[in-house]
Amino acid sequence: MANYLMLIHRDESAEEQVTGQTVSEAYRRFMERRGSALRGGAALEPAATATTVRPDGGGGFAVTDGPFAETKEVLGGYYVIEAADLDEALAIAKEIPMPSGGVEVRPIRVMS
Amino acid sequence: MATSAEVAAAVSAAHRREWAFVLAAAARLAPDLGAAEEAVQDAYASALATWGERGIPVSPGAWLTTAARRRALDLRRRAVVAERALPQLLPEPDPADDRGAVPDDRLRLIFTCCHPALAEEARVALTLRLVCGLSTADVARAFLVAEPTMAARITRAKKKVAAACIPYRVPEPDDLPERLQSVLSVVHLVYTTGHTAPDGEGLLRRSLSERALELALLLRALLPREPEVAGLLALVLLTDARRPARVDPDGVPVLLPDQDRDVWDREAIAAGLRALAAAFELGRPGRFTLMAAIAAVHDEAETWAGTDWRQIRGLYDLLLDVWPSPIVALNRAVAIGFADGPAEGLEELDRLAAEPVLAGYGYLASARADLLTRLGRPTQARAAYEEALLLTGNAAERRLLERRLAALRVVEPSAAASRSYSGSRRAQ
Repeated sequence: MANYLMLIHRDESAEEQVTGQTVSEAYRRFMERRGSALRGGAALEPAATATTVRPDGGGGFAVTDGPFAETKEVLGGYYVIEAADLDEALAIAKEIPMPSGGVEVRPIRVMS
Repeated sequence: MATSAEVAAAVSAAHRREWAFVLAAAARLAPDLGAAEEAVQDAYASALATWGERGIPVSPGAWLTTAARRRALDLRRRAVVAERALPQLLPEPDPADDRGAVPDDRLRLIFTCCHPALAEEARVALTLRLVCGLSTADVARAFLVAEPTMAARITRAKKKVAAACIPYRVPEPDDLPERLQSVLSVVHLVYTTGHTAPDGEGLLRRSLSERALELALLLRALLPREPEVAGLLALVLLTDARRPARVDPDGVPVLLPDQDRDVWDREAIAAGLRALAAAFELGRPGRFTLMAAIAAVHDEAETWAGTDWRQIRGLYDLLLDVWPSPIVALNRAVAIGFADGPAEGLEELDRLAAEPVLAGYGYLASARADLLTRLGRPTQARAAYEEALLLTGNAAERRLLERRLAALRVVEPSAAASRSYSGSRRAQ
C-alpha cells in the first residue's frame, strides 16, 4: 500500500462560492464511494484569504497578503495545524524549516 | 426636544469625533467587522431618528456606544443561532466587556485594520473606512479609483479578517515593533496621499491630511511610550506646517526654496518640535523620527540659503542605516550636493544611477539636472531635464520642470548656480 496526496485545483472566478458552506451532493457521492480510501481532506477558503510567509534572507520574514506565487518552487509538503488565530498560525509557519521558498497559510473552510 | 438642524449637527459632530470609539467598542461584541460596522451605522441612524424627540443626550458618544453594542450583541446572537452546530466559532464575550468600552479598543481596531496579512492598499482603505469613518465613496475618490473597486477592496479585506481569523487585539510586546511599523506606514501613506495633491482633488486631499494628523494624535495618546509614534506625529506636524506656502494663488506647487517662510504655521512647528524631542527621549530614533528631524532642520532655517545641510546630510546617513531605500539614498545625494558641493552630489548620484529601482524615476533625472546646472554645464542639464520630463506624469510637476528648462535657456550658468529647485523630496 502507498499514500497519495490529491491536490484539487479549481477556478475560483468561474465557480460560484458555495455560500451555505455545505458539502455538495457530488462530494457526498464521492465520499460514499471512496470514503474507505480517504485519510483526511478539507475544502479551503478562497485564495484571497491566504497569507504567505517567506524568509527575507536576513533572518526575518516577509508576510504578504495572498497565495504563494510559484516561480521555481514546487509544493514540498504540508501540515494541518490548529491555532487560536492567524497570529499564532503565522508564528508557527515561521518556525517551519524553509531555507528557500515559503509557506502559504490558508484557512480551512468550516463545514456545517 | 431638539430641532432637526440641531440633531443633524450633533450626529455629524459625533460621527466625526466618536466613530472609531463606537466602532471599536461594537467590534468586541459583533461576530465580525462587517457586522460591527452595520451596528454602528444603525446606532447613528437611530440617533437621527430619536434625538429630535427625546433630546440630544449629554454624552452622545456614550449613547451611541450603548446603542451600537446592543445592536452588535443582537447580530451576534443571530449569528450564533445560524451556526448553532458550531458555537465555538463565536467564543463568549470577555466579561470585561460588560464594564463598557475602554479607549484602548480603538487601538485594537487600528492594529486589526493594519494587520500585515492584509495588502497595504487594503490596510489603508480599511483604516480610513473603519477607524476614520470615511464613506467608501470618499475613500475611492481619495485614491482615484472607482467606487465599486474600492467597495470590493474593503469587502475583500473584511472577508479575509473574518475567514483567516485575524485577531481583534493589540499585539504582544514581542510583535509590537513590527506591527507598529505597519500601522505607522499606513498613517504616513494617508498623509502623503493628502499632501502630494494632484489637480482637482485639493479639498478632499486636505481632509486626508487632517485624518492622518488625527490618527497620529490618537496613536500618540494611546501609545505614549513608543518613540516612532512620537516621531510620526512630529513628521506630520513639521511637514504640514508648511502647507500655507506650498501652493501659489494659481494652485501651482511652490517648492521649498521659493516658499514664503513667514506664512508657515509656527504653532504646528512648535508642537512638532515638542513631539520630536519626545521621540528622541523615548528611544533610538527610527525611520519616522529621522524624517521628522530632517523636516525640523528645514522648518528652523530662516532662509533657504541658511539651511543646515551638514546636519541634514548626517540625518540622511542615519536614515539610510535604519531605512535602506534607494529613494532615501537619492535624497541623501541631493543633501550631499548642498552640504559638500554639486560635484560631490553628482558623483554620489551617478553611483546610484545603476540602481534598478531608480531607473525610470523622474526625480533622479531632475536632481541630476539641478546639480549640472549648478556646475555650469547647461547642455547636460538640459538633457537631464528633458529626461525628467519624459518620466514625470504629474501635470503640476511637469510645469515646474518646464519652467526650469526655460530658465536654463535665458539665465547665465553663474546666476543659475545660486538657485536650486529639486530640493530634497522627502524633506519637504
